[in-house]
Amino acid sequence: MQFRVLRGDTVLKIALAAAALFIIGLLIGLAVELYLGSTATMSRFGIGFLVGTKWNSNKDLFGAFPFIYGTLLTSAIAIIVGLPISIGVAVFISERLKSHQSLGYVLGAIVDLLAAVPSVIYGLWGLLILAPLLSRYVEMPLHDLLYFIPLFSSKPTGGINFLTAGIILAIMIIPTMSAVSRDVLKAVPNSQREAMYSLGGTDWEVTQKSVLPYARSGIFGAFILGLGRAVGETMAVVMVIGNIPAVTANLFSPGYTLSALIANEFGESSGLYRSAIVEIALILFLIALIINVFARLLLWRMTRGTAVNV
Amino acid sequence: MKKSNTSTSISLWRRFTNRLMTILIVLAIILAITPLIFILVEVLIQGGSVISLAFLTHLPEPPNVAGAGIAPALVGSFTMVGLAALFSIPIGVGAGIFFSEWSSSKLASLSGFMNDVLTGFPSMVIGLFVFIIIVLTTKEQSAFAGGVALSFIMIPIIARTTSESLKLVPTTLREASMALGIPRWKTIFRVVIGTGKTGLLTGIVLAVARATGETAPLLLTAATNTHYITSLFAQPTASLTVLIYNYGTSSFASWQAQAWGAALVLIVIMLALNLFVKFIMGRSLTEARME
Repeated sequence: MQFRVLRGDTVLKIALAAAALFIIGLLIGLAVELYLGSTATMSRFGIGFLVGTKWNSNKDLFGAFPFIYGTLLTSAIAIIVGLPISIGVAVFISERLKSHQSLGYVLGAIVDLLAAVPSVIYGLWGLLILAPLLSRYVEMPLHDLLYFIPLFSSKPTGGINFLTAGIILAIMIIPTMSAVSRDVLKAVPNSQREAMYSLGGTDWEVTQKSVLPYARSGIFGAFILGLGRAVGETMAVVMVIGNIPAVTANLFSPGYTLSALIANEFGESSGLYRSAIVEIALILFLIALIINVFARLLLWRMTRGTAVNV
Repeated sequence: MKKSNTSTSISLWRRFTNRLMTILIVLAIILAITPLIFILVEVLIQGGSVISLAFLTHLPEPPNVAGAGIAPALVGSFTMVGLAALFSIPIGVGAGIFFSEWSSSKLASLSGFMNDVLTGFPSMVIGLFVFIIIVLTTKEQSAFAGGVALSFIMIPIIARTTSESLKLVPTTLREASMALGIPRWKTIFRVVIGTGKTGLLTGIVLAVARATGETAPLLLTAATNTHYITSLFAQPTASLTVLIYNYGTSSFASWQAQAWGAALVLIVIMLALNLFVKFIMGRSLTEARME
């Protein structure tokens, strides 16, 4: 009896530990394969690969900078547009609707549904509907009024550019960022709010002076998670950014990102060209790794061991 | 000291700021929800005009040929998501149980951490990885390779939701079972999983929904096909999402219209799965993660 009990437990533990090991193996395997796949360009271009601006597969010239730039610029636009909206949504649902919890729940569920829309549908909508609208009603007026600012200097043609890609990304990361912010605001103790109200604070002063400062590290975590999502997104971006490498402050210029390059060019590549694209994937892997590790450490510390699951 | 500040006299500036911020906060929620409504309406109108029984059951046709359908893509999507579920449920649930029941072990915390890192990982990179390890070996894009790529997206989601829902099972239940002399493995299967199965099922449904909507991992591994597949290992395989991408970015109006039709089919599947989780199972993810 004793023997059988022990054996059942051991078998189960080994099987489950194997599953856990598989996940570690997956991440390590990813890193190793990407590294091995890109040794050819690494030894040929070295660090110059990161700063090179030319990308020409016919001449074996490969520089990743325009793609890194495109990824960072579109992600920055997404954060600048998306973070204030996400915080606003979180404040509305967890602060202003405190006494109408069911309405808050429904609104939260609706915003969460944004995360359920597949990225290729965002891309389709962005390409065929949003890009022409943005070009006509937002980008043209901005260009007409503020053409002397480098950001708006070129004539927007059809809305296939950095700005449209950034705005689509903003829409896509709002559910992530607002869900985390909502959870964080919920965890702010009521005594924080009561203290400020008893000093005669207005609703906004309570939010601004005693709720948001208390929750700031959690909101920073939301920002990092949103950034991670924006950096890694492929489909929505590849469909609206134009896929032309460019390093320019001009938001109305077409561009290219790391993930869009992999999606477009990896299939037909070979030899050194393929190695260059694998190195592009390695760069994306490292950026995503740093962002995600940072976000998880932050959120783990905050919630003391229970992961925030997004 | 004649008239000191009484509690009712808030300065005009403070009242103005308060009002302004309330307006901005309401504006934020409107801005967040508008795109969702906009997208749903657009997909419904544009897609609704294309959908018919023939659209769901016919083979794809060249641009501007009547009677075109998306049947191989529908079948391909179901096949690959099914394969992915087959691969990812045992590993994901297994790892999740390990995270929850052996939570103090070093392996559990290391693997749990890596699992969370993988949850937010660029799916394009995962597609490229599977291309290198499988497609370069079998020399052919296939439903199998696509299924493996999707399973790598699903595993971290299933593992995390499993462990979170099993952690909600009270420790006293485990202790009661062990005190009766029931071995640990039986306790885990009967008592722990028995109690936490709703959350576990929620995680699986969410992961299936996520995989159904993924495009990037399939672009390189499964590509596309205009016919039904006859082999899981040796033929490129169509999927709804890759079809939407190819048709949507083409310059043919008839293909773009079909992309909207496929988008409607996809969004109906996605919303059904998500609403199933949210309302029928009566437990939002938000609640599950904060408890």
